[in-house]
Amino acid sequence: MQDLGISVLFLGNNFFRLMGGLWITVKIALISVAISIVLGILLGMVMNLKNPVIRVLTRLYLEFVRIMPQLVLLFLVYFGLTRAFHWNLSGQVSAVIVFVLWGTAEMGDLVRGALISIPKHQYDSGTALGLTGLQVYRYIIIPQTLRRLLPLAINLTTRMVKTTSLIVLIGVVEVLKVGQQIIEANRYTAPSAALWIYGAIFFLYFTVCYPISKLAGRLEKRWQN
Amino acid sequence: MDLDFILKYTPMYITAAWLILRIAAIGILLSLLLGLICSLIQYYKIPALRAVASGYIELSRNTPLLVQLFFLYFGLPKLGIVISSEACAIIGLTFLGGSYMAEAFRSGLESVEKGQIEAGLSVGLEHGQILRYIVLPQAVSVSVPALCANFIFLIKETSVFSAVALADLMYVAKDLIGLYYKTDESLLLLVISYLVILLPISVIASIIERKLRYAGFGY
Repeated sequence: MQDLGISVLFLGNNFFRLMGGLWITVKIALISVAISIVLGILLGMVMNLKNPVIRVLTRLYLEFVRIMPQLVLLFLVYFGLTRAFHWNLSGQVSAVIVFVLWGTAEMGDLVRGALISIPKHQYDSGTALGLTGLQVYRYIIIPQTLRRLLPLAINLTTRMVKTTSLIVLIGVVEVLKVGQQIIEANRYTAPSAALWIYGAIFFLYFTVCYPISKLAGRLEKRWQN
Repeated sequence: MDLDFILKYTPMYITAAWLILRIAAIGILLSLLLGLICSLIQYYKIPALRAVASGYIELSRNTPLLVQLFFLYFGLPKLGIVISSEACAIIGLTFLGGSYMAEAFRSGLESVEKGQIEAGLSVGLEHGQILRYIVLPQAVSVSVPALCANFIFLIKETSVFSAVALADLMYVAKDLIGLYYKTDESLLLLVISYLVILLPISVIASIIERKLRYAGFGY
């Protein structure tokens, strides 16, 4: 039988199926990033508290989540929680839980760093001008923190999208799985499908992540001063 | 918890841990080399190679390792290039790590002031000597924290190797869960294995970072 080669990509609705799979990946990444940013900001502020118990607890959480490979965390939530508490979590829900846990840790550390990097005299000068505590935050601290934080948060998004590729290994039907299905379905008509499909997925990830990381790089450069 | 089970299957985890450590070590060494070459190409602004290097860095930084591995392991054989899973893992890790190392070296190289090079020239050193004795030692010491972070990152990334049929830690854990339904024990061993591997490296990295900061290298 004739090898269809690259045309297998555009056969039937194969390409749209791939895009659908990609959307699942991106959707999980975006949901997780959105939740992580909110929780991460809270965590970052909590981590700056002087309370030693909170310090140790947040530190432990941060170290554990950052030291474990994300795939291990996925296994822990997907297989471990099911076994321990008999929660029947779907792959997508476990993925969101893991990426929120991980994203919150990363974001929390970024927020903590950004808050520390604001010199103390910024607070003092605000107070000296007669601003209230809230006003100091609203007009002085938060705008400066945001400038340092935004590029890093955008970078976190690309890392999140890249890491989301792992969810195929806990059985979520996303772009890689759809790719495998297409390859299997065309095994006889297009033996070389694997090359084109995986090549296309490689390229798809690149087209998603590249603009986001370029944006982050530009913002970082513009806001450096 | 089934302690006998844990004791019985610990050796499997140790074998798997050695396997990924070996691959990670080779991959990290190769990616250090690749990263250094790429960053030097960009530092000296070598015309054509510069475009190749930055293209490679963008491509590698903006795609996940898993997708790179799938392409290498399942895609390339269709072109007649058949790579063993171990070689595949090493190539994938090097391809991914090279760009991260390049970025780390780049920030180090950029931190070396131009005056240092001019001073070197004025005492009669050649360009190779300046690189070897002046630029690189300062640049590398500045990039050490970033390099350490990359080591940890790359060792963590080895967890996806089970996708290309390597018997790594994830593979062993999944296998045991499937065979004996001992989910708790298998996952516990998995977590402990990664802690044993990564915690010392992470601690050493933060000690080195602190030492370097006190020494104030490169400033």
